[in-house]
Parts: sequence; structure tokens; C-alpha cells
Amino acid sequence: MADITTTASANRARSASENPVKRFFRATEIDTRLLGMVGALLIIWIGFNILSGGLFLTPRNLWNLSVQTASVAVMATGMVLVIVTRNIDLSVGSILGFVGMSMGVLQAELLPQLLGFNHPAIWVVTLACGLLLGAAIGALHGSIIAFLNVPSFIVTLGGLLVWRGATWFVTSGRTVAPMDATFRLMGGGTEGSIGATASWIVGALACAAIVATIANSRKQRKRFGFPLRPMWAEYFLVAIGCALVLGAVGIVNAYPWPVAIARKFADANGIAWPDGGLFIPHGIAVPVLIAIVVGIVMTFISTRLRFGRYVFALGGNPEAAELAGIKTRWVTVKIFALMGILCAIAAAISTARLNAATNAQGELDELYTIAAAVIGGTSLAGGMGTIAGAMLGALVMQSLQSGMVLVGIDTPFQRIVVGMVLVVAVWLDTVYRARAK
Amino acid sequence: MTDTTRTPLVELKNISISFGGIHAVDNASVDLYPGEVVALLGHNGAGKSTLIKILSGAYKRDGGEILINGEAADINNPRDAKKYGIETIYQTLAVADNVDAAANLYLGRELRTPWGTLDDVAMEAKTREVMGRLNPNFQRFKEPVKALSGGQRQSVAIARAILFNARILIMDEPTAALGPQETAQVGELIKQLKKEGIGIFLISHDIHDVFDLADRVSVMKNGQVVGHARTEDVTKDEVLGMIILGKVPPKAIPGPGAMQTA
Repeated sequence: MADITTTASANRARSASENPVKRFFRATEIDTRLLGMVGALLIIWIGFNILSGGLFLTPRNLWNLSVQTASVAVMATGMVLVIVTRNIDLSVGSILGFVGMSMGVLQAELLPQLLGFNHPAIWVVTLACGLLLGAAIGALHGSIIAFLNVPSFIVTLGGLLVWRGATWFVTSGRTVAPMDATFRLMGGGTEGSIGATASWIVGALACAAIVATIANSRKQRKRFGFPLRPMWAEYFLVAIGCALVLGAVGIVNAYPWPVAIARKFADANGIAWPDGGLFIPHGIAVPVLIAIVVGIVMTFISTRLRFGRYVFALGGNPEAAELAGIKTRWVTVKIFALMGILCAIAAAISTARLNAATNAQGELDELYTIAAAVIGGTSLAGGMGTIAGAMLGALVMQSLQSGMVLVGIDTPFQRIVVGMVLVVAVWLDTVYRARAK
Repeated sequence: MTDTTRTPLVELKNISISFGGIHAVDNASVDLYPGEVVALLGHNGAGKSTLIKILSGAYKRDGGEILINGEAADINNPRDAKKYGIETIYQTLAVADNVDAAANLYLGRELRTPWGTLDDVAMEAKTREVMGRLNPNFQRFKEPVKALSGGQRQSVAIARAILFNARILIMDEPTAALGPQETAQVGELIKQLKKEGIGIFLISHDIHDVFDLADRVSVMKNGQVVGHARTEDVTKDEVLGMIILGKVPPKAIPGPGAMQTA
């Protein structure tokens, strides 16, 4: 106990000599890196909003942005673990394509023959098969990397070609459409959004979770006599968290259904068409909800489970992990299998959104996924990275792309900008890390 | 001091291992009794670290056997060794730089809550307790090990080894990276652990580091054991003669690697 009191007084002594900004960050324990990314995101958003004459920061555009980000954000959470262990996965786009095409054929051609058209179980069976297929492909890659000692760069570069080729062979290049009606909900759209009331409920639950998490962490620290955050910092974090959640729900609830669809809905349900038009909010899109759940689960896995601890230890010092008795090969296999599962989820989102499975689905997604993880602070040297950072990185990438489309920049120039942003972001990160040392 | 009628805590018998045709360790035998410190000496590349990595499970031996308390032990990986209470502090420290002290102490043996999640708070509490005993000035529990000084990293590595009630402790060049004050601390710690009945292998290429701490020395040269001697029976110069020339003094027991005198 004596040490703890001395630490506390030392901290007080240290904080007294600091300026208010530093003291604020120490008290709230906010990651300044993450804050920097939020700042960059805000600059991008406001910049494009001005350039596009106020088109960017509209509920409609932000809602679309959230849906467009979902698929890459899901894969980026897995890419973090892959890169943390000093590996790389270049095959995620091709796995997405292959699993997407397989799920397309399964739900549009095979299962209707077995179960009957529009059978309610089709989407579940399809999704389960897709997840299994993704896991199997990932585990195969992982096994080759871990047990045959082939570098991940080569294994997944091979995978990139193999699975893209395999995608073509499933239907000889034919596009498969349409998808099952329930399956399609995973892609968003007016149907695939949960509406205003449910969105507010989700928002309220999220706020309750924020309060519970912060209260619980304070209780735990108190129980073992660790230094506590000051009370005002706790309240501040709760307030910021809840404001962000409720603000986001407010925005997606401010985006109404298109008039034509709303009118069709009104006619079908016998609602009289009011003069000002019927305002039916979208609410949170299902793919966004999926991405958020994936983000929470992956954060839990990487910070609260033994597996996550091993992943980071392995990335920090593979030899030490091995000597500590960790089965490092199995950890590698599990990471790639998990990556495969996430590719399958992303495949479900993107085929559902497109309402078709095509040959080119997921092309270049590996690069966007890696870029999202790296922009989000995952170090290619291994050992460092966060799930939240990677998802934010995906949002930054997608914001840039959507923004450029909105402003009317040509596709070739879009790529030039995205490429340069990636290099500059990693350079800034290197500078930041060098100074933090 | 060494009571030869007792069963040794560890006996490595006729151990051999080769890497690509080179006999890194050739027919080497060493033993260790409870509460005893045995210094394993030899030049760089003499095979000391390799021999000891066989005991700690990092390498698989080609031949020979390992006896723990007189019974044959089956050690094929670091997990097996830990089951026998063998803990190792490696020359490279073998800490994961990017996680904090508690995560390193419990690496591979994490405490978990009833729900199967990591019990970080309990691990940190225990870490604070153990580190408080070893190095009372240590306060940087939340920072990754990378941010610590050489001595602090060393105390993390030692804390990890003693946290799980080791019976056999292997220290590979434990003071190589340390300043004089920290070296003295490690010396104190070794004496304390010895009192608790733990057997300790000290590996070093520098005789001055370990001569005063050790009860016995075993000297290796070119992968073979030159000989064993009790430190009270030999001088530092005689041990140096064993290390450099393989010349065995009269009171030492010669091994297979001893210089053949005509």
C-alpha cells in the first residue's frame, strides 16, 4: 500500500507542473493518436462539405458512408491481428469474392431447389455455409504459413490469384442474382435498416453499456487500490461517449425513405398519403450494425481473451512467446481462420448490398483493408494496433473516396489521392512514434 | 556442502545435440542439488546455452537423458519444462516488449475470471506484490516493457521465473546487461532463492560474475564438459585454466572434454 500512496503523490506532483492540456489527457487517459485520427476525419468531412457545397455533411450522405464503410471495416478488424503478428493477408478481396459467389449460387440456385423458393431458412443456411467456407480457407492459409513455414506474403499472394480464379469457376464467370429476400437485409437499403424506434433503443443500450463499462472499471481499480481517474474525467468520458452515440442515431434517423418507396409502403399498408410527404426514417442500417457488433466482439477477443494477449505477445517478440510456452503455430492458424470468417461476413454484406454475386466482387479490397488497418495505427513492424483504430481508418478511407466522388474527381485521380494519403499517413505515424519514444 | 548420497534435483546425463553436423553439445553430464548454485562456465560457443536450452525445453536433444529427482523426465517443449518447475531467464530476457509487466509475468499462464476472460486486475495486483519484493522502486506497471531500463526488464524476467514457485532456476548471463548496483541486487536475490531450497544453474562466460555466488562450477569447452569442481577447492586461476585450456586442477573431477595429459 505504501507504494501506491507514493505513486499517487508522485502523479500529483507531476501533474501540478504540467499545463492544463497535458493534465486533461492524463486524467481522461484518452489516446492522443486516436484523437488525431478523429481530427483528420473531421478535416476531411468539413473540407469535402465546403467543396461540395454542403452535400457531404447531410444525413443521406453520412448514412450512405456508414453502409459503404461496413464491409472493409469488418475485414480491417481481422487485418489488425494479422499485421500485429508480423504477417500480411493479400487474399482477403479474393476470399470475399469466392465466398460471396459460393453463397450467391447456394441461395439463388441450389437451396431453392432443395427447400423451395423464398424458404425462411435459406439465408441462415447460406450464411452458415459461407462462414464455414471462409474459416476453412483462412485455416488453410494459416496452416501453410505456420506449419510449412511459407511466408504469409507469398501464401496470401497465391491465395489472391487462386481464389479469384476459383470465383470464376463457380459459375464460369456468370453473375448470380437476385439474392434471397431476407439475406438482402444484410446489405442495408430501406428494408435493411432498423427504423427510428429500434435505432433509439440501440442507442440507449449503447449509452447504458458505456456507463456500465466506466463504472465497472472504476470499481475494479478501487478494489485493488489502483490509481483512479478523477471524477470529472469519468463524467466527461460518459458524456462524450453518449453524445457521439445519440448524435449518430439522430443523424441516421434524419434520413427518410425515398418518396417512391415511402408511397409504395403507404399504399400497401393503407396509410393515407399526407400533403408534406411521409417521413419514414431509415435508422441504423443492418450492415452498420453488423460491423459495430464485429468491432465489439473483435475488441473483446483482442483485449479480454487469452488468445488476444497471445497475438500481441507473438507480434512483440515471437521468440519470447514461444519460450513462454505459447503454441505460436496454432495462434497463427486461428488468426487466419478468423480473418477468413470476417471475409465471409464482408462477403455477405457486399453481395446483399449489390443484390448479386459477381466475378469482380472485392477486387482491390485487400489493399483498402490493409490501408485502413495501417492508417488506423497498426504497425507493420508488429505488436501494435487497435480494432477501433482500424475501423476509424476504414471510415477515413471511405470518406475520402465518397467525398471525391461527390466533388466530381475522376477515378484515376481518386486512386492517386488515396495512394498518397496512405503513404503520408504512415509517415506521420512514424514521426509520431519516434517522438513518443 | 554437496551431499552426494542425496538424489540430485536435476541430472543431465550424456546429453548430445548437433546442428547440421556440428556437435554443439557432445556427451555432456551435469547435475544440480536442491539449494545449490552451479555455475556453468565456458567461452562463447562452448555449448553452455545450448545444453541449458535442452533442459528448458527450447531445443530437443539428440541423445542422453534428463532426470528430475532421480526420475526420467520427458521434456520436449517449454511447457513440459515448466511442469517440472524449471524456469529460465534467458540471456535475451525473452520478454514481449509491447505488453506491460503483468502480461509478461503471466505470459502463457494467464489468470482468468470465471467467464474465461483475462483477469487483468488480479494479475496486476499479484505483479505489484512480487515486483515490490524484488525491486521496491519499480512503479511503471502500465507501460510496455520496451519503455523500461535494462535492470527493470531484468527484474521483470526474474519475477516471471519465481512467480510460479520454480524449483529449478536457470539464469543465462543474468547480469550481462546490468550496472554494478543491479548486479549486486541479483546476487542478493540468488542467495535468497538458494535459502528457499531452489536449485540454480548460473551460466556465464565471465568467471568473476559468478565465482563468489556458486557452490560448484562445471566447465564446458567445444561442446564437452571439461570438469566439475567445488569452488572452495579451486582458485579462480585454476578455473580459468579449465575454461581456456581444458586443464583440470588436481581437486576437480575431470570430464570427457579434459585435456589429455601425457
